[in-house]
Amino acid sequence: MFRETEILKTGSQILPIKQNLEGAGDFVINVGPQHPATHGVLHLVITLNGETIKKVEPHLGYIHRSIEKMCERLNFRQFIYVTSRMDYLSAHINNHACAMCVEKGMQLEVPDRAQVIRVIMDELTRIASHELWWGAMAMDIGAFTPFFHAFREREKINEIMEETCGARLTMNYYVPGGLMSDLHPNFQKKVKEFITLFKLKIDEYDELVTGNIIFINRMKGVGILSKEDAVSYGCSGPAARGSSVSNDIRKLYPYAVYDKVQFDEILETGCDSLARYMVRIREMKQSIHIIEQLIDNIPEGEFQAKTKAVLKLPKGEFYSRVETARGELGVYIVSEGATTPYRIKFRSPGFSNLSALDKMARGSKLGDLVAMMGTLDLVIPDIDR
Amino acid sequence: MNNEELKIKITELLPSAIFDETGEWLNIHVTPTDWLSFAIQLRNDDLLFFDYLFCLTCIDWTKPAEEKPDLTMVYHFSSTKFRHHIVVKSNLNSSQPQIETVSNIWQTANFLEREVYEMFGVNFLNHPDLRLLILPDGWEGKNPMRKNFEDPINMIKL
Repeated sequence: MFRETEILKTGSQILPIKQNLEGAGDFVINVGPQHPATHGVLHLVITLNGETIKKVEPHLGYIHRSIEKMCERLNFRQFIYVTSRMDYLSAHINNHACAMCVEKGMQLEVPDRAQVIRVIMDELTRIASHELWWGAMAMDIGAFTPFFHAFREREKINEIMEETCGARLTMNYYVPGGLMSDLHPNFQKKVKEFITLFKLKIDEYDELVTGNIIFINRMKGVGILSKEDAVSYGCSGPAARGSSVSNDIRKLYPYAVYDKVQFDEILETGCDSLARYMVRIREMKQSIHIIEQLIDNIPEGEFQAKTKAVLKLPKGEFYSRVETARGELGVYIVSEGATTPYRIKFRSPGFSNLSALDKMARGSKLGDLVAMMGTLDLVIPDIDR
Repeated sequence: MNNEELKIKITELLPSAIFDETGEWLNIHVTPTDWLSFAIQLRNDDLLFFDYLFCLTCIDWTKPAEEKPDLTMVYHFSSTKFRHHIVVKSNLNSSQPQIETVSNIWQTANFLEREVYEMFGVNFLNHPDLRLLILPDGWEGKNPMRKNFEDPINMIKL
């Protein structure tokens, strides 16, 4: 897949960058909040020396809605819908974490049918999210065409979602105890069509971008995040697995039916932007593998457990976590026995991953910052909440 | 290590620790004065090795039950090596809430503590960069996640 060329071989012989240019003072520039490469309203204050980054300070809060405070006034059925607006690219997976946390507190048994459908939906969401990331990532570093390729396939997933859940972006399909409604009759047929199509296209992605020499030169050795730093900064998801930190929640602490399906946890040892890129590309193939195992084996039966109209969580603390497309999402509910959560905390993956950006960026060129931010796959509403 | 082994090990390190096993993981209550030295031991002990701080937050108890402490800091730890978990809690006084920072032990605490600082008004001693992170400049003094926070213009009461 990789074509070793003369440029790559001589790449290591480039003279080291002068850390402090003579006569050049520090220079502060603002990237964002309205900048195409920040994928939303993220504001970075960057201190530069020449072209070398000395410090990156993220300023957050441009899309802060205080979802945690909002949830304190919503009951256990309502608060799930707000979380679709956090990480809008993995709406289903966010809902899964919240539904699971309420089910844990209520000790509800979720029917097998609902569990399997949830996993299929989660994996479709993961593919859709990674596709958007792939297109945007390539566009960030100057390749425009992949964006259209990615959205062409993503559209198929959106159609599947629209039929079953009624929405294309902020889907609300999971309720405590199961699913809101049963699957659309076309669901299995359409998913199988999508799998056949996507298997052809994913290799095309590799041909188009992954093996491209310009792309590799932009990504390799850029944004180094060592294994120790990744753990210390609380990174999760592909950002951590690119530094060979094993932390796939689906594998380590299986939920739903993840312990019954076969898939690999993707680990890369490169610790750079290219490693994080490869993790996501390979993860898409694993997601397809999971869907293939389940799509013909959706058990018959109820899609929702019988629950009371008003849910009351017993007094106590409940924590559930899932693997979203960006990493580990934790939902921490403190209940006082009422119909609303007393305190709710969302441990969002993007927030911790963003905090590692400063460490990654120091000492590298300003132009590489875009490649680093691209591979962190930041979704700003997820960070600000 | 399972919960029983963790309990024995932690009692050796900190005899004053109070345990609570009602939740999913072992909960440990420590006083704010013991926290920093205990945190260093949690991270550096070869058998505990809690190197992953995955959730740091604060709970405001002020409103419904008067006998409860005012604020509780909650730290969720796991170990990437042994895969065991603990939850450490520390009660703070709301008139002057302060606790030592752990951002030099777990780097992720830097941002998470800044969030708690602005949302709950907890003062983290020796924090390298304790500024507002999410809230706009000039917001100091008001803590939106506290239960007694009032904003007549922007808050809609149902």
